[in-house]
Amino acid sequence: MMRSKLIAELRPRREVVSTITKSKMLTGNVTAAWAARLAEVDYIPAFPITPQTEIIEKLSEWIALGEFKAKLTIVDSEHSMLAAAGTASLTGARVFTATSSQGLLYGFEMLYNIAGWRAPIVLVNVSRAVAAPISLEPDHNDFLSTRDSGFILLQAETCQEVLDLILLAYRVSEDNRVLLPSLVNMDGFHTSFTREPVKIPEIEEVRRFLPKYTQQLPFRASKPSAKGVAVLRPPLYSFYKYQMHLSSINAINVFKEACEKFEECFARRYDVIEKYMLDDSKYAIVMMGSYASIGKKAVRILREEGVSVGLLKLRMIRPLPSKDIRKALEGKKAVAVIDQNISPGLGGILYSDISSILYNSDNKPKVILPVIGGVGGKTITLDEIRYVVELLEKYANGGEPEPILLLREDELREVESLLRIGVGE
Amino acid sequence: MAQTRYRSLKDLLGEEYVVPGTPLCSGCGALLTFRLFHKALGKKVVWVNAAGCITLMIVYPFSPLKSSWMYTAMGCAPAGAQGIRDALDILIEKGEVDPEEDLKVVVVTGDGAANDIGLQSASGAIHRRLDFYYLCYDNEAFGNTGFQFSPSTPYGSKTMTSLPTPLIPEGHKGRKKDLFEIWRAHNPPYLATVSPSHPMDMMRKIEKAERFKGPKLFISISPCPPGWGYDTMKTIRMARLAVETGVWPLKEAVHGEVRHTFIPRSLKPLEEYLKEQERFKHLFYPLRREDIIGRMQREVEEYWRKVYSTEVLEEKKD
Repeated sequence: MMRSKLIAELRPRREVVSTITKSKMLTGNVTAAWAARLAEVDYIPAFPITPQTEIIEKLSEWIALGEFKAKLTIVDSEHSMLAAAGTASLTGARVFTATSSQGLLYGFEMLYNIAGWRAPIVLVNVSRAVAAPISLEPDHNDFLSTRDSGFILLQAETCQEVLDLILLAYRVSEDNRVLLPSLVNMDGFHTSFTREPVKIPEIEEVRRFLPKYTQQLPFRASKPSAKGVAVLRPPLYSFYKYQMHLSSINAINVFKEACEKFEECFARRYDVIEKYMLDDSKYAIVMMGSYASIGKKAVRILREEGVSVGLLKLRMIRPLPSKDIRKALEGKKAVAVIDQNISPGLGGILYSDISSILYNSDNKPKVILPVIGGVGGKTITLDEIRYVVELLEKYANGGEPEPILLLREDELREVESLLRIGVGE
Repeated sequence: MAQTRYRSLKDLLGEEYVVPGTPLCSGCGALLTFRLFHKALGKKVVWVNAAGCITLMIVYPFSPLKSSWMYTAMGCAPAGAQGIRDALDILIEKGEVDPEEDLKVVVVTGDGAANDIGLQSASGAIHRRLDFYYLCYDNEAFGNTGFQFSPSTPYGSKTMTSLPTPLIPEGHKGRKKDLFEIWRAHNPPYLATVSPSHPMDMMRKIEKAERFKGPKLFISISPCPPGWGYDTMKTIRMARLAVETGVWPLKEAVHGEVRHTFIPRSLKPLEEYLKEQERFKHLFYPLRREDIIGRMQREVEEYWRKVYSTEVLEEKKD
């Protein structure tokens, strides 16, 4: 008794309770750990990587203190981590794990397997730009590289959204109409290490929202089963892949249903997309993640200046909620897609997705402007968004835009100065 | 031998857990070991597999097994085993799974996965003291892809990526990786080599391993008719010759301490084993390569000289 009290006193007091909001001030990472704890996950295979580590540190601390009953195993790599996550899920455990960047790519092979096994794990990715060159700062190349794997992809903007999307992800992934794993993404540093007020629900409330996980045919002595086996007939392979696609499409409505239940339980409303001052705007910018907060502020300021612009924030990336996105952007004069990623030789990844959704619309925007910004954690300022909106106004009257690569003059000066040192001038 | 369920070959009868009619090659040495292994472990087993010949034992919708099977990927079968073991442990601890439903978790991979692409995953699992079995069926090459050399391929073997030529008369120039010693360096509670030609030795070793919690590791020689190039009816003969010529020592290590379970009084000449296989034919035709055969023979003798000088002498002292 004494001893446990002592340990409790020694614990770092990170969770300061805000007196104004009655919320806890938490980083995105600790929030993710809270979500796993509230979802009462059974199993967490883990491997440390910056900036994800705080998530597994927190979970391992709670387990060591006996505050949270789950099994956490630190394995030898992300490849092993994801393999263990998938097989544990097929054995009937609710599984949570987290990684970033290089780790996600190192375990990449297993993402397709977990999705194909229909193992409904939830994986948090704390975005970080992919080497080479090495970076610790966020962008979405790691996250979006998984877009064809079969995972349900959700992107959080705030710490509260990290918590809420993880809980929603379990409910959607484990739904029999879906049975696909989820990947919840947050931006490294911007969300992972920034403290924001987060409302942490009571565990009883979460239980009301999230039913227990049951695996239909888990590994048990009395019921042998074979999983992950070869399928050598091509039509059968096609059949299974089509099944995955159709189940993924189901996830759109299952997510919307879950959002209704979520609102009922927690009084917070979500949807597959989020519209910000969008319905009556002539122009639109499309963003996601923590940078959407900057975008929203820019939109607010531009509106005050009389510019008719709104923002579409993407929350669900796979399945791609095409109807919702089309409806939100139809009738706009011009749309800019600000991609926080780069596909060399193409431009932005989401630009292609958004363009393909709008192509068949009778009421499509005159122009869709591809913009690359925020790659490797490069900040996006109000001036840059203002510039993008000016381009929208220009191209709305015609022209064929090339991908815009954002880099400010002050940034260029910094780059040039570093390059001069690099070449030994 | 202390208490054992296996006193004579008759004790190997009883229920089969691998029914006839698998799509594996006739005469497959890996399948012989697998079948015996399954008998020793009983029915409450989940096999965790990495890409290899055995993977094709189960092609949807057919399985010859009465037990469970999980195919993972080539590099991570031990991690897949970790997930199943951990999940069963925590669900039993939480009271959500009846302990009667528990399973022995058994990794089964070929030598390519064990020595190369899956070595990190295995090293991690052994280091973490995962309570599991690992059966490596060693056919001394990447067999399923058509017999290319693996780190387990012996010096002098012809494979599809080490063809003997006038420039490279021996074929494979590399030496066989010593997986037994690599695994032993992790200090598992039990580790053994086995051969389908010596079923009593194999069964007793599996039986002995059951006493230990933690990693229980087995490497079985697995003669491969199409890869090694011999008649399918001679698989047991090939395995026996490997043991009797001394090239495949039968041994075990309990908590790291090595003991040979079969010490030949005199070694049969290695040539008897080599000349029956197509993969070594280039050592005999068109020219007999005394230099290469001699080198291989000396390596075997060198190994056994050390064994004789330690274990046999010690036994005499006792």
